[in-house]
Amino acid sequence: MIAHAIFFYTFSIIAVVSAIMVTASKNTVHSVFFLILDFISISCLFIMIGAEFLGMIMLIVYVGAVAVLFLFVVMMLNVAQQKNQWFAAKDSSKHIPIGLIISTLIFVEIIIVIGGWKYKPDLFDVNSSLSQTSVSNTHSLGQILYTDYIHVFQISGMILLVAMIGAIVLTFRQRSGVKRQSYIKQISRERAEGVEVLEVQSNKGVKIDD
Amino acid sequence: MIEIGLGHYLTLGAVIFSIGVIGIFLNRKNIIVILMSIELILLAVNINLVAFSIFLGDLAGQVFTLFILTVAAAEAAIGLAIIVVYFRNSGTIRVEEIDKLKG
Repeated sequence: MIAHAIFFYTFSIIAVVSAIMVTASKNTVHSVFFLILDFISISCLFIMIGAEFLGMIMLIVYVGAVAVLFLFVVMMLNVAQQKNQWFAAKDSSKHIPIGLIISTLIFVEIIIVIGGWKYKPDLFDVNSSLSQTSVSNTHSLGQILYTDYIHVFQISGMILLVAMIGAIVLTFRQRSGVKRQSYIKQISRERAEGVEVLEVQSNKGVKIDD
Repeated sequence: MIEIGLGHYLTLGAVIFSIGVIGIFLNRKNIIVILMSIELILLAVNINLVAFSIFLGDLAGQVFTLFILTVAAAEAAIGLAIIVVYFRNSGTIRVEEIDKLKG
């Protein structure tokens, strides 16, 4: 139990500090790195609590795909060297108190909800745990994911497909002056337009591609 | 304090959620950091769902965490594509210089 507490506090402190650094870091590249650290520590928490499949999927999807996508865009757009104007800008001074008030209110509201849940423990049966069953987490997740939630699963696949097509359509642009390979042109090439038979006279060359 | 219960995980989720909201409100740099704050908020929601799923013994929370993960990945891809297109058209993605809608 004490090991659980030690690991929980270690990973959650790392997660909270790196979340603060994501929003407060001067350099956008550093923000992306702290986002990666945040995802890794939260996935360690997931693995520790017993949701191994989700922890691994978080590592693969977030750290492997989304964070690398962020890094790629940050490097491509060359915004890393912009000066941080968190508190220095003239216009930003009126945003700061409103933002702080609203986020503090949201935090207090969530804490109130958690407290109200905590002091009414007979609302749910907390003691029933998943670890009593003999099947693993991945196995039981797969058992209900492909049976009870098959339609939602397919809809999420459609969402990914639409997102992929949308991203390609948004960033696609037709550039002039780029030589491309055209299969139709290559296949439908005839002998008459490719080869020309010339009468070469002696002591005179042949002019090619004039 | 030593006994780690559901309340600890929910509090962690609340803290990360609030940090994400602060990041959206106080951001003065570029839109990419705002997208990262949205990812933080979705991460906090995932923490809540997984904690409830484990402590209440219902796997539906983990299934929905999987779907939130899918939607978050799609949202990040689309948002970054929009940012790339905007940067190509107007040359800046600083928050205070994006004022075409007069907001």
